[in-house]
Amino acid sequence: MMRVWALLACMLLLGARDPILVPEISQHEVQVRQGFTGADLLLFGAILSPEGSRAAQDYDIVVVLEGPVQSIVLREKQKIAGMWINADSTEFRSAPSYFAVSSSRPIADIVDDKTAAIYELGLKWLQLSPIGVIEPAEQQRFSAGLVDLMRREGLYREDQGGVKMSGQVLYHARIGLPSSVQTGTYTAETFAIRNGKVVASAITRVDVTKEGFERFVAVAAEDNGLLYGLFAVLVSVGMGWIAGRLFALV
Amino acid sequence: MDVYLPIANLSVNGLVIVGLGALTGLLSGMFGVGGGFLTTPLLIFYGIPPTVAAASAASQVTGASVSGAFAHARRNGIDYHIGAVLVAGGVIGTGLGSLLFRLLQAWGQIDTVINILYVLLLGGIGGLMAHESLTALRAERTGIPLPARKRRHHPLVASLPLRWRFYRSGLYISPLAPLLLGMITGVLTMLMGIGGGFILVPAMLYILGMGVNVVVGTSLFQILFVTMTTTMMHALTTRAVDIVLAVLLLIGSVTGAQVGAQFAQKAKPEHLRLILAAVVLLVAMRMALGLGYRPDEIYTVIGL
Repeated sequence: MMRVWALLACMLLLGARDPILVPEISQHEVQVRQGFTGADLLLFGAILSPEGSRAAQDYDIVVVLEGPVQSIVLREKQKIAGMWINADSTEFRSAPSYFAVSSSRPIADIVDDKTAAIYELGLKWLQLSPIGVIEPAEQQRFSAGLVDLMRREGLYREDQGGVKMSGQVLYHARIGLPSSVQTGTYTAETFAIRNGKVVASAITRVDVTKEGFERFVAVAAEDNGLLYGLFAVLVSVGMGWIAGRLFALV
Repeated sequence: MDVYLPIANLSVNGLVIVGLGALTGLLSGMFGVGGGFLTTPLLIFYGIPPTVAAASAASQVTGASVSGAFAHARRNGIDYHIGAVLVAGGVIGTGLGSLLFRLLQAWGQIDTVINILYVLLLGGIGGLMAHESLTALRAERTGIPLPARKRRHHPLVASLPLRWRFYRSGLYISPLAPLLLGMITGVLTMLMGIGGGFILVPAMLYILGMGVNVVVGTSLFQILFVTMTTTMMHALTTRAVDIVLAVLLLIGSVTGAQVGAQFAQKAKPEHLRLILAAVVLLVAMRMALGLGYRPDEIYTVIGL
């Protein structure tokens, strides 16, 4: 019942001519526990005509899953005196720790560059907010470097054709999180696009949290360094000692 | 076997880490060195963030040196007096190292400095060891014994003020010399995640002129305490000690160390030293190449 009211409210808010987008995600909570090797999220939903029936035309769907943003220093190595060492660096205020874009067709065929840049549809259009004054060409070089690095670590992804549509109503996309994801709140934003214009968008959230033993260890290391360190020392001394005793018996 | 490392924030193959620990443990048992000089670079090659690698490798060295230290203590092979001075120096050194670590990190050159240190130290010491064991082997083959080395400390040590008697080592030298030596190994332990045994042992023999029968035991004693301090220091400052990673490494290294010690009893010391020299030189060469070749990743990300 709630959902119907929500839908009606959406219709009123969006105006009668915009389609209705109902997004959902396979799990709203990803738990990082022992043996966590990453997770596969299924982003799915339906797109309906303003009257609530099956959409009469084709829409293009783009989903963007974005992790918590962080301030980072990006360092670039250069060959100096025969050695590759960090030379140039730049700071970004809002680099997402995770960013995945999935679309039903190549982004360039769906929207023009301006629209893509406004909605950050694609890794090319990430808004990283550099700190301080930086030349555009240099910023481009650094951004490209960051995207390339994160892409190879599986933290930035782009899947043109990853969104599958069925019967002009349902869409679904599978997006993978690697084991190295940061914890925090992830936002999944879905865009319905027609004739190069974003006609509807909706956001859902996913919480990535450490649970159980992993949570305990991370919290202890952060808040209780002294005890944590003592424990680590005790474990290493204890294990070395026990091994010595065991082998003395052999 | 997938194991998630809660501090490194990534999942690794646990068996690979245990194997890695066993390999370095084997070396440490065979040669009486901590094996940290291999663990840290190998962990980094495997994809563990460098800070976590250095912080967690220190606790592995602790584990590997415990049983050795106990064994030497039982046969009275530790000079606790000079050992205490070394440890005091080591503790000061880890404090300095921790400051240096943060400074270099802010400056962005920590990785380069670690790499250059590795190349210089491993290259230098590996070269020395290779030279020494080769001359020893040659002398044995030709049947001409090497002239006995006069056990004497370096003239620089003699020039330091204030002299203490260290009875077990048979020394009458300034405590500043072992203190400085301890400090240097402390800094290196903090920066590189190594125990410093392969620097400490030759320095004790040739610079301080300590008696051979207490050198290895005392070095293990110092390594034990300095790596414990390093672990604490990392736990309090960088917060990068990954207990899961450390335990995996320990499982491998404590067993490896025992197996290695059995090996060592059967092999000739000159051969062992030659093998160790080869391993050390190989690591140094790999590191030197790593500095010169274009790295896979030109860019690195550090959180603010």
